[in-house]
Amino acid sequence: MINFILQRLGFAALTLFVSSILAFVIIQLPPGDFVDTYIANLSATGSAVSLQEAEALRILYGLDQPIWVQYFKWISRVIVGDFGESMEWRRPVSEVIGDRLWMTVLISFFALIITWGIALPIGILSAVRQYSIADYVFTFISFVGLAVPNFLLALVIMYLSFRWFGTNVGGLFSPEFELAPWSLAKLWDLIKHLPLPGLILALAGTAQLVRIMRANLLDELRKPYVVTARAKGLPERRVVLKYPVRAALNPFASTIAYLFPYLVSGSVIVSIVLSLPTVGPLLVKSLIAQDMFLAGTIILLLGALTVVGTFISDLVLMWVDPRIRHQMD
Amino acid sequence: MSVSTAQAAPVATAATEDALAQASQARLIWWRFRKHKLAVASLVIVVLFYLVAAFADFLATTDPHASDARRSYIPPQAIHFFEPDGTFRPHVLGLRGQRDMQTFQLVYRPDPDRRLPITFFARGYEYRLFGLFATDRHLIGIENAGPSDGIFLLGTDVQGRDLWSRLMVATRVSLTIGLIGVTISLFLGVLLGGISAIYGGVVDLLIQRLIEVIRSLPTIPLWMGLAAAVPSTWSVTQTYFAITVLIAFLAWTDLARVVRGKFLSLKTEDFVLAAELAGAGQLRIIFKHMLPSFASHVIAATTLALPAMIISETSLSFLGLGLRPPAISWGILLQDAQNIQTLALAPWLLAAAVPVIVVILAFNFLGDGLRDAADPYGQ
Repeated sequence: MINFILQRLGFAALTLFVSSILAFVIIQLPPGDFVDTYIANLSATGSAVSLQEAEALRILYGLDQPIWVQYFKWISRVIVGDFGESMEWRRPVSEVIGDRLWMTVLISFFALIITWGIALPIGILSAVRQYSIADYVFTFISFVGLAVPNFLLALVIMYLSFRWFGTNVGGLFSPEFELAPWSLAKLWDLIKHLPLPGLILALAGTAQLVRIMRANLLDELRKPYVVTARAKGLPERRVVLKYPVRAALNPFASTIAYLFPYLVSGSVIVSIVLSLPTVGPLLVKSLIAQDMFLAGTIILLLGALTVVGTFISDLVLMWVDPRIRHQMD
Repeated sequence: MSVSTAQAAPVATAATEDALAQASQARLIWWRFRKHKLAVASLVIVVLFYLVAAFADFLATTDPHASDARRSYIPPQAIHFFEPDGTFRPHVLGLRGQRDMQTFQLVYRPDPDRRLPITFFARGYEYRLFGLFATDRHLIGIENAGPSDGIFLLGTDVQGRDLWSRLMVATRVSLTIGLIGVTISLFLGVLLGGISAIYGGVVDLLIQRLIEVIRSLPTIPLWMGLAAAVPSTWSVTQTYFAITVLIAFLAWTDLARVVRGKFLSLKTEDFVLAAELAGAGQLRIIFKHMLPSFASHVIAATTLALPAMIISETSLSFLGLGLRPPAISWGILLQDAQNIQTLALAPWLLAAAVPVIVVILAFNFLGDGLRDAADPYGQ
């Protein structure tokens, strides 16, 4: 068990390292270095920077040194929480991102719970009642969920609710709470706004999980031990829930590791359509304005977020699957 | 009656068994695939879509790039097949623009007195069919039309460009980007998956870790970051290829896993051992003996990978980080429908969502059907 945790921790560290390199590459990609852009921005607003000041900035950021030294300098600043300065906002990146990261966490996590909550019962239902009307209906919905990119779903729902109810479903807060400090009323407002984006985000993942759960459970239900359980007179409910569902849950749990990155990924684009205050819209804006420290930091943080999410789902997998717990000892 | 069926049955099974025993693998797969009605229907839809892609300009009615402010936000026009007196003559009604005195928007209403007859194989803007033959023939069109007369099956956008024609051309761009992208990731997947399985050991470990790392990264933000770095000075074609390569570079992992899994399971099969003992070389074993038995699986996995590619391109272009205008793709068309104000004014701009959904569904069903048909132990 300890071995398994250590192995997964090692993998998490590796993934984090790779995403930090990718984030660094993305920061470095635009032509010219950061100081050039900074100076161009300053002179656009009228203040000039002397050559010496530019040199001092370059040395401060280590731009005169080889690329791996630059990476090392950048990452050691990031580790202590200094993400650099956003050029567009003229404020520290951490301040610009602020609550938005937690909103992303909240929405992705919420969507994860919805996905599980919907996929599990539906998957069981459509396997146990294979080829029933419910099975066909849910299979159809799953396929549509699989086929409709979630930003498109958001777009269509936004249009329909505008058409039928005359309301704009975007955002996570009502206008009066948008800039208000945190309070219970604001929290309640947030809870009221969460289900729709959560559901939109969850649908695509749900479809996939329903299909996996249905296929797994169908395989299990055909096995002889199920017949034995029935022959021994176990009530149908217990026959299904106690053994085949538990066995079918294993491959189901292992796919969760890939579900979380998928949800975080999707939240970026859904947030843009529904104008949710997550890091998504900020990322697009910063990329278009080539505000690279902000963009790189967001990509790094999203990477870190999925690493943590994946690690947690690994722990869940370990909890669900006794084979992993015992095999590794 | 029961007697006659009992007599007929053995004869029939003997005949089918004979046919079954002689059928090639491709034929067996086709027989199994044929039973999958949904998959067959999807195959037809996919073929139709690629035909649209091939004949995009021919099916377009108006130059997809030609903008005209006077034609902005014309609602979709219906084709009328009969004249008021009952004679068959397909036509559309001319439009009369009126200014709404409350919103000061130009609103177009059909004018029942002006009927514009539709001509088949009409002359329109010039284009090159398959990029080779210069022609100006289009399937339908209106000849000798006035400046703001035309046929707008799906309406126009804010710049007065015909949505139907743009949709046709967008189909070509979006579908080929998927095809090229999937070819690149198929190449990477087969290469790395194959290497991983054949060499094993440290190489296998490294490639498998790499796959796991790529799969646990959030792809959309990464794509966005990389796509944003494509210089804005690049031409439409250059951006097109850059975006395709970008999408393919993060999408090969699934294919690599399929290939590796198949390689590993086939490695221990008796026929591979037999080939080895008969003195066949490594390459001969791979290409002559192993590849044919899992090629169909790879084809199925590729078909299932295609819709993901199409979604990626559409999402990126929708965000303004993928292809850039004047390129036309589904994502770029949907970009116009991004905010609720525009949607309230011109809901027909959402039309580009329909082909996206239909083609992705079709590819999914087709891939599922192919996978089932390619599995010899299926039923």
